[in-house]
Amino acid sequence: MRLHTLTAGAFALALTAGAALPVQAEDSVYIQLPTYRTGPFAGSGIHIANGMSDYLKMLNERDGGINGVKLTIEECETGYDTQKGVECYEQAKAKGTLVFNPWSTGITLQVIPKASVDKIPVLSMAYGLSAASDGETFPWVFNPPMTYWDGASGVIKYIGEQEGGLDKLAGKKIGYIFLDAGYGREPIPLLENLAKEYGFEMVQYPVPGKEMQNQASQWLNVRRDKPDYMVMWGWGAMNPTAVKEATKIRYPMDKFIGVWWAGGEDDARAGGAEAKGYKTLNFNLVGADLPAFEDIRKHVVDAGKSQTAPANVGENLYNRGVLNAMLMSEAIRIAQEKTGKTVITSEDMRIGLENLVIDEARLEAIGLPGFIAPLNVTCANHSGTTKMYISEWDGEKWVKASDWFEPMTDKVAPLLVSAAEEYKASNAPWPARSEPCAN
Amino acid sequence: MDILYAILVDPFVQMVELPDFFLQVLWEGFVAGVLYALIALGFVLIYKASGVFNFAQGIMVVFAGLTLVGLHEKGVPAYLALILTIGVMGLLALAVERFVMRPLVNQPDIILLMSTIGLTYFLVGFGEFVFGGEPKQMITTELGLPTGSTAFEIGDGGLLILQHIDIAAAVIAIIMVAVLAVFFNKTRIGRALRAVADDHQAALSVGISLNQIWAIVWFAAGIVALTTGIMWGARSDVSFALEIIAFKALPVLILGGFTSIPGAIVGGLIIGVGEKIGEIYWGPLVGGGIESWLAYMIALIFLLFRPQGLFGERIIERV
Repeated sequence: MRLHTLTAGAFALALTAGAALPVQAEDSVYIQLPTYRTGPFAGSGIHIANGMSDYLKMLNERDGGINGVKLTIEECETGYDTQKGVECYEQAKAKGTLVFNPWSTGITLQVIPKASVDKIPVLSMAYGLSAASDGETFPWVFNPPMTYWDGASGVIKYIGEQEGGLDKLAGKKIGYIFLDAGYGREPIPLLENLAKEYGFEMVQYPVPGKEMQNQASQWLNVRRDKPDYMVMWGWGAMNPTAVKEATKIRYPMDKFIGVWWAGGEDDARAGGAEAKGYKTLNFNLVGADLPAFEDIRKHVVDAGKSQTAPANVGENLYNRGVLNAMLMSEAIRIAQEKTGKTVITSEDMRIGLENLVIDEARLEAIGLPGFIAPLNVTCANHSGTTKMYISEWDGEKWVKASDWFEPMTDKVAPLLVSAAEEYKASNAPWPARSEPCAN
Repeated sequence: MDILYAILVDPFVQMVELPDFFLQVLWEGFVAGVLYALIALGFVLIYKASGVFNFAQGIMVVFAGLTLVGLHEKGVPAYLALILTIGVMGLLALAVERFVMRPLVNQPDIILLMSTIGLTYFLVGFGEFVFGGEPKQMITTELGLPTGSTAFEIGDGGLLILQHIDIAAAVIAIIMVAVLAVFFNKTRIGRALRAVADDHQAALSVGISLNQIWAIVWFAAGIVALTTGIMWGARSDVSFALEIIAFKALPVLILGGFTSIPGAIVGGLIIGVGEKIGEIYWGPLVGGGIESWLAYMIALIFLLFRPQGLFGERIIERV
């Protein structure tokens, strides 16, 4: 009897242990998707998680994966909490993920030193440490299609154009309202640098994470200081509150420009009709008119295999999730080509990411024509510095309000290299790059 | 010398030079104070009746707001959704009394505190399960609450902008406080509640039902939470981030005393106005962002002179 119980116990234990590991057939690869469907930032996180998940599921359903290799995807809830994010990273490592997408600058900063040791590439799409675009210093970190510093330079360039030239910025006052966390503080060095160079005054309005929905003081300060333009680096519940507060003090919304992460439909909608004219940077198209989105609807959303409400397909942050998934799938495809293997490892994935070239023809081929500007990640440039445009809220939806334009690469690139050097120095001994450039 | 001028003179010069802006700061502080007072009121009600610091008050604000909006999204008319939400808060009160409070009668206060922390996590998970994690827009117009703003010209081209929803918040908060004051002072249940607050055992000995009182007081706190959820939700959105706002009531409670309804109101107004004036006029001297800790500083300074809080009961224990 006792032996029987022991045997049954051992069997149950073995089953439990087995269940803890992802079931991976020989022709599949595992990708963990860190997400935040709960917590204060869920308003942004849910749409991104849906976009990522739906695109990868669509590849599985439509094509049977990538070159016959199924994608085993599993979400890990971080709640945008750095500690939980690091726990997700450890789980992802144990389960052999191809790549880690932190979806938080705080988590990114924590896992950067681990990535080269564990040989897991970190894909922080247009967030995280700007200096990580220096592939020589950070061979395991990738931040395409551009960095926060590119974004900050893009905003200043756009404002300069509105004023009739960058030289007209002298004497202007530009307010910077930001989530007082690693994310919001990231572009400050670049903005300060540009303020010095072009002679404008930068006034900072930090919003503590706990006060995201209580911004009356910050906006009273804005009313008093009367900045000529407002720039926002917000996320989660901070964005709709800021848009509402801006309308409350009657700030001219056409002079209020958010970073690409302040561009959710719900963010702008919160301000009602008065939010019309609010702008954000963008690097992907909004809408679901492209063939790949039709496939997502057909194979995933309409088939009941998604958590996405049909109306949310094509919204800005959803598309951002699709883009993140597309970057991963393209990197897998390129890694397969480069290594000659179909079932690749995380080390192979790094090679794929380092050769991530997506031109117009490729975008056409994958059913996403014009979705982003062409991208070219190289061994030296891990952000693949591409182009951005300005989105404007017309009261109901985002519309494209400018042509695609480049960041101020001539200003940003040297600063990124010196920032990478500073990072190396303050994290000494930082390992020298040993990975060959496999072009 | 410059520093002394910046601290002691310049802020007052600014107040005089821009009177419209100063009035705006006062108004924003007043509105924030009213909302802090509403949250603090929820804490006070439960503390008075049971000696429990209700850690779940913040999530009750979110839960009530989400229930209201969630029901409306399901097609329930706004006013019916409001009535149903009141019903849900009533059911929650009964459930809390039956499954959380009753089994813990006579347990140390810390155990009761821990149980409210547990309740918080339950409501977070349950709320996310039922309503999802996305922020929801408050159904302000559907509830007949005013929107828009009125601007008053002050001085030479200055503007004082009053949001109609903020005026409504102030009026509703005043009505709610008045109703609660009458309820606790003039009704039989109110007197029973005060008896329970003074001494559980003595109250029990004269036939007051502790269970009934607790259910009523949790229901009252639920109604206060719903009001706060509607008002704060109208200012931003109803999201789980709102839960953290509830802890803005802590300095209010330190200042006003945990057992005083007038204390919650006056404390809320002092903290609301004080932190806004401090942040706007003295904050820039240290780079801003002082609001979150300034509230505690104000409360602590008051405590130096009145350790029991503004209206708290002085506890004298003789050995």
